[in-house]
Amino acid sequence: MSAALALDFPPRPAPAIDSRGAEATLLRLLTCGSVDDGKSTLIGRLLFDSHAVPDDQLAALGRDSKKFGTRKDHLDFALLVDGLAAEREQGITIDVAYRYFSTRRRSFIVADTPGHEQYTRNMATGASTADLAIILIDATKGVLPQTRRHSGIVSMLGVRHVVLAVNKMDLVRFDQAIYRRICDDYRDAVSSLGFTVVTPIPLCARDGDNIATRSDRMSWYGGPILLDHLETVQVEAALDSRPVFQFPVQWVNRPNADFRGYAGTIASGSVAPGDAVTILPGGQAGVVSRVVTADGDLDLAREGQAVTLTLAAERDVSRGDVIVTAGASLSATHGVTARLLWMAEQPMAEAGSYLIKLGTAVANASVARLRHAIDIHGFMPKPASSLAMNDIGVADLRFDRALVAAAYRDSRALGAFILIDRMTNQTVAMGMVESAAIQPDLNETAAGITSGAVIPLPRAPREAAGILSGLPRRRARAAWVHRLPGAAVLFVLAGLVTRDPILAGVVAVADALLRPAAVRAAAAVWPDMFGDSPGTA
Amino acid sequence: MTTLTHLQRLEAESIHIFREVAATADNPVMLYSIGKDSSVLLHLAIKAFYPAPLPFPLLHVDTTWKFRDMIEFRDRRVAELGCRLIVHINEDGLKAGVNPITSGSRLHTDVMKTQGLKQALDRHKFDAAFGGARRDEEKSRAKERVFSLRSAEHRWDPKNQRPEPWNLYNTRKRPGESFRVFPISNWTENDVWDYIALENIPVVPLYFAAPRDVIARDGALIMRDDHRLVPRPGEVVERRMVRFRTLGCYPLTGAVESDATTLADIIAEMRASRSSEREGRIIDHDGAGSMEQKKQEGYF
Repeated sequence: MSAALALDFPPRPAPAIDSRGAEATLLRLLTCGSVDDGKSTLIGRLLFDSHAVPDDQLAALGRDSKKFGTRKDHLDFALLVDGLAAEREQGITIDVAYRYFSTRRRSFIVADTPGHEQYTRNMATGASTADLAIILIDATKGVLPQTRRHSGIVSMLGVRHVVLAVNKMDLVRFDQAIYRRICDDYRDAVSSLGFTVVTPIPLCARDGDNIATRSDRMSWYGGPILLDHLETVQVEAALDSRPVFQFPVQWVNRPNADFRGYAGTIASGSVAPGDAVTILPGGQAGVVSRVVTADGDLDLAREGQAVTLTLAAERDVSRGDVIVTAGASLSATHGVTARLLWMAEQPMAEAGSYLIKLGTAVANASVARLRHAIDIHGFMPKPASSLAMNDIGVADLRFDRALVAAAYRDSRALGAFILIDRMTNQTVAMGMVESAAIQPDLNETAAGITSGAVIPLPRAPREAAGILSGLPRRRARAAWVHRLPGAAVLFVLAGLVTRDPILAGVVAVADALLRPAAVRAAAAVWPDMFGDSPGTA
Repeated sequence: MTTLTHLQRLEAESIHIFREVAATADNPVMLYSIGKDSSVLLHLAIKAFYPAPLPFPLLHVDTTWKFRDMIEFRDRRVAELGCRLIVHINEDGLKAGVNPITSGSRLHTDVMKTQGLKQALDRHKFDAAFGGARRDEEKSRAKERVFSLRSAEHRWDPKNQRPEPWNLYNTRKRPGESFRVFPISNWTENDVWDYIALENIPVVPLYFAAPRDVIARDGALIMRDDHRLVPRPGEVVERRMVRFRTLGCYPLTGAVESDATTLADIIAEMRASRSSEREGRIIDHDGAGSMEQKKQEGYF
C-alpha cells in the first residue's frame, strides 16, 4: 500500500461551501466488470454514499427494487444506474453510461461499461477518457479470464491507475487469505501491463464495506478505502514530463480583416507570447503573438486549455494543422502502423479505404496491410485476414495526404484516431498509433509473431508508457529515425543562430545521439511505481 | 504547473465541442430555452468564438406558455449581446387550441415543443442544433452521445448511435440528417450553478425566491403567471415565498418553497437538497421510460 499512499495529496483545508465547485479537481474513471461482479451495485453505492441520489430518486428506487430488484426486500443499488428501457428488461447494461458524483475535494465522472466480450468496444470507449480504472473481481470467483481481458483493454488505452476492487467479501467470510491470494494472482496476471499503481481494496459493495466507511468486518485491512482513494489519488504526474507544445488547430477565427486567430485545445505543453513555433505538416516557422481568450489575453496557457492563438506574421494555417514548439521532433507522415479496435458490425474490408480523423485532421486512409490480430484473452498476436466487431489488430495505414501523428504512448492527442466508413458514415474503428511511420518489414517470423505481443517490460516509466509495445529493437530503430527530422531542424536553427555550420552539426548530432541517454537518465530518477504489495498494509 | 480545476476542464471540453460544430456543420443553430442551462450554454458559446460574434443564431421554440419573466429576460439578453434570435411558434397547434391546462402536458409538449422544434429546424434547414441537456438529468440521458444523430424525420435511434472515444467526434452525416449536440453533457446541476456564480452569468429572476402567487395543484405549486390559469373549485391562490429549480411552461412547472434569494443561498440550498431538479417537471412523470419515448419521437 505504501506506493499508493505515497502518491496521496496532502489533505487540503475544506473550502467554504459556496466555493467548492471552483476548487475541486476532476477524476474520470471507468468501472470494469460483469453484472455478476456487482459493478452496478458498486456504482449505485458510490452515488448513494456520496449523497448524489436525491430523495425522489430513492423513492423510485424503492419501488423499482420491489419490481425489478434481485433482492426484493432490500434497495437494489444497481437499479440506480440502469439506463434504457430495453436494457432494464434484459437486466444488463449494453452501452457506455456516464455517472456523476462529487465530494468536497473532487468531482467524478464514471464511465459505466459492460464487461462481456461482445462489448469490448464500449469498454474501450469508456477507457479512452479515463484517468483510473476500477477492475472488479468477485471474491468467490477470483481472477478470471475476463479480468485479464478488462485489464488488457484498459492498459491498451493508456490508463495507468487501477483499483482492484475485490467485491463480495461477505461471501468468503471476509477471509484475508482469500483476498491476498486474489491480489497475488492479479499481480501475476497483469505484471506486463505497465500500470503505474495498482491499489487493491476488499469490498462488500452491497452493504457499503470499505466504500465510504471503513469496514469493521475486515479489521485486518489497513489500506485506503475506495472513496478516500478516489478523492486523493494523483493521476497527472506525467504532465510535466511532456513539455513539447502541441496544438491541433480546430477552427480559424477570422471575424474581420484585422484578426486572424487559430482556435484549439492545447494537447500538451504550454504556450506563451513570443514562443517560436512550427506549423505542421507544412513546416512553416512562426512566432506566437497573442494567446487570446474571452477573459483576456494570457501570459501562459497550458495543456487542456481551449484558447485562440495569433501569430506575429500571417501564415497559411487551417483546421487540421498542428502548431508545435519550434524544433519539436514531430513531423508529418503518409502512413502509420497502428493498433485498431474494430467497432462496426461490418468487418474490416481487405485493403479497405476509410476516412481517418486524427486530432482535428481528416484524410483518406487505406489499409495497406493487416499485420495480425491480437487475441484479447492472452493479448498475444494471432494470424488474421480481417477484423470483425470487437477484434483488435495491428495494421499499416496509408494516407492520401500528410498527417501529423505521434505514437499514442507519447501523445494521446496525436496518436488516437477513428476510422469512418465513407458510405455509412459509421465510426468503424478506434485506433492508436504505434509508430508514426509504417514500420519496415523485419524478419517476418520475428516481427509477425512478436509485434504487439505483451513483452515483460523493464520497470521504467518511459517503458511502462508503452504497454503492449512491439519489439524493443524495432522501437529503438523507429525512435532513431524519428529523431532525424528534429535534429535536422535543430541543425538549421543552430546554423542560423551561430552562423557556424560545424558547431550546428555538432549540436544536431548530439541531439540525435544523446536524447535517449537523457530519457534513460530521467527514467532512472523516477523509478517504477508498480511495486505495490497487495494486502500487506 | 498546477492542474486545471474541474470547472476549467468542463469549460474547455464544452468550448471544444462548440468549435467542432462550427468547423464542420453547414448551418448550425443554438436552441435557447432561456433557463440556467441555456444561460451557461450561451456564455460558453461566446467564449468559444471570441472575439468573433456567434457564428450561428439562437432559436427559441415558444409554446406561448412560458413565464413572462423568461420572455423579458430573453429579449433583454439578446439585445445586450447582439445575438440573432429566431422565435418559432407552432401556429397550427395554436389554432387548434392546444394548451397545457386542458390538453394535458403530454399533448401540449408534443405539439408545441416537439413538433414546433421540428418545424423550425426544417424551415431553416439547420443541420446541427446545440442543446443544453445534461447526462445527469435523467437516467435515460446517461448514455446520450455528445453528437446525437437524428434521421431526416428527427428520430433518435438508440441502436444507431456512434461510439465517441476520446474527443474524436464523428461529424459526418447524410443530406437531411442532423445532429443534436450537447456541449454540457458532462456537467451536473451543481456544476451549472457553481459556474454561474464563478462567471457571474445572468439568469432569469424566477430562480431566486420571492413572494409569488401560487396554486397547489396535483401535488405541485403552480404559479399563476397570468389569467389563463383559472383556479378550480376549491383551489385558492396563495402568496408564498417560492423559487424554481427548472423553468418551462408555467402551468407545468412546480415551484419549491424557499428563502434562497441570492446565488450563494441557491447553491447552499442545492447542496443540502434531497430531491432532483426534474421532480418539478410534470412531463417526466407521465410513465416509466417516458423521457426515453419522447426522445425517440424527437423531443430534445
